[in-house]
Amino acid sequence: MTVKKTSKTDLDVDYVARLANLPLTLSQRKKFAGQLSQVLEYVSQIQKQDISGVTETAQVSGQENVMREDEVKPGLTQEEALANAPSVHNGFFRVNYVFEE
Amino acid sequence: MDICSLTIRQAKEALDRKEFSAIELVEACLENSTKYDGILKALLTVDVDGARQEASAADRLRAQGVSKPLLGIPFVLKDLYTTKGLRTTAGSKIIDNYTPPFDATVVVRLKNAGAVILGKANQDAWGHGSSGENSDYFPTKNPYDTSRVPGGSSSGSAVAVASGMCLAATGTDTGSSVRLPASFCNLVGIKPTYGRVSRYGIIAMASSFDTIGHMTKTIWDNALVYEITAGKDPLDASSVDRSVPRYTQALGKAISGVKIGLPKEYFSSKGIDSSVFTATKDAIKELEALGAMFVEVSLPHTDVAMACYYILVPAEISSNLARFDGIRYGYGREVLGEEAKRRITMGTHALSSGYYDAYYKRAAKVRTLIKNDFDEAFQHVDVILIPASPATPFKIGEKTQDPLAMYLSDIFMCPVNIAGAPALSVPCGFVDGLPIGFQLIGPQFEEERLYQVGYAYEQEAPWYKTKPDLKKVIRTI
Repeated sequence: MTVKKTSKTDLDVDYVARLANLPLTLSQRKKFAGQLSQVLEYVSQIQKQDISGVTETAQVSGQENVMREDEVKPGLTQEEALANAPSVHNGFFRVNYVFEE
Repeated sequence: MDICSLTIRQAKEALDRKEFSAIELVEACLENSTKYDGILKALLTVDVDGARQEASAADRLRAQGVSKPLLGIPFVLKDLYTTKGLRTTAGSKIIDNYTPPFDATVVVRLKNAGAVILGKANQDAWGHGSSGENSDYFPTKNPYDTSRVPGGSSSGSAVAVASGMCLAATGTDTGSSVRLPASFCNLVGIKPTYGRVSRYGIIAMASSFDTIGHMTKTIWDNALVYEITAGKDPLDASSVDRSVPRYTQALGKAISGVKIGLPKEYFSSKGIDSSVFTATKDAIKELEALGAMFVEVSLPHTDVAMACYYILVPAEISSNLARFDGIRYGYGREVLGEEAKRRITMGTHALSSGYYDAYYKRAAKVRTLIKNDFDEAFQHVDVILIPASPATPFKIGEKTQDPLAMYLSDIFMCPVNIAGAPALSVPCGFVDGLPIGFQLIGPQFEEERLYQVGYAYEQEAPWYKTKPDLKKVIRTI
């Protein structure tokens, strides 16, 4: 069952959950549709703000092109890197297959 | 006397005078956690053996004449701080079983300064919250009134300091998460300038907003810890290469002639509780008596700041949390808590094709306007003062069913993160036994001013001496 789009804000929870690879229960989908349409309505007040001639701010400290020396330094060992993995095989992370025949 | 109720400064002196040892101090903190944490729920992981070993090592070093700024001082770390060999959950059960193979840069720095790491603090999962109730484990309770929230998201950190389970605790502040719990628990909290403290090894919430701060009882303690954590880190490209002042040396300087701005958009807000308003006015009078000058300033885009924040931050959250897939560590995405899922949904929507321009891009432009507001105000004043929160700590459960009401708890704080400015939360009184605080905001990298003004106030109004009644906490069983 899919949850209907909320009219005012156009939030399609099912579609967005698919984009984010986010498993939601039916009750969460219903709940989020209501709660987030309220939040979206609130944040939509930025639509009224005049932004003509204004550029975006993506970072606030004014730094540009931060460089460092390209030096080899010790990192994690293979054993350390795999220590928390739920499933390993021959020293690699084991993952679910992503392609179907 | 409970030696855990000492400030860092007092404990350092007492350790140097051999009034007690680092191991005795750690044992006293552990005892407090045993006594009170069954009710307060501040800690997720306690490293009893590790803390005892580090404290014994600190005692040996001190006996050899070694001096370090935090030698033997017990700390608790927010669970977003990656700790080598010590479970790190971010307050989220999706990584309930994660034991990191490395330390965050700030953790390395604290350890090098001699700090004893006692454990990891409960928090709103990933930093998503203002009350501590979004922890995937359990809500933390305010030691001043256990029916109320301690503020979030660094909820356990604040409560651990306020109830004597440690002498200082670390937090992160993306929108309020150090300052709100500090002000709800009668503590001093620093929200650093963006880029002042390394984010390396701190599990990310919203990368262009996250700042790495801490909470202490006093301004001096806070400034001391900041001297250690601040500074460029090659492992965090956004950390800024700028010398770190000796912040403790700015303390005690007179504040006569310091110009403090009162933004009219905040003080004319109908949302401020009268008790908070009165306490703030009293603090202003106190500062005036010390020679500070107050002038009205304007931050004209205040009314759209929360809207801007709640578009940009969930967008960055949805991107950062995409990496949690249960392949390299942790569990699958179905285990994510409800608030994380809510914010991922919101953020993904704001970034999705067809909505990106209307939400994300537009909010990024509004961000420029808000940052300009602060830059413009600081052309006229040295610092800005506003209440930390429009109200005192709210009841547990009061806002959990209404995410928008919960989001708006931070209304006086998020604009600072949008601008990347530093802010210091300072205790300024009580109403009905509940703490109230104000915050001082400065231009980027001018934390010294905040500490200077805060310290001058604290000398006249040492609210940190008012402790919670922990006997009453035990009686609430």
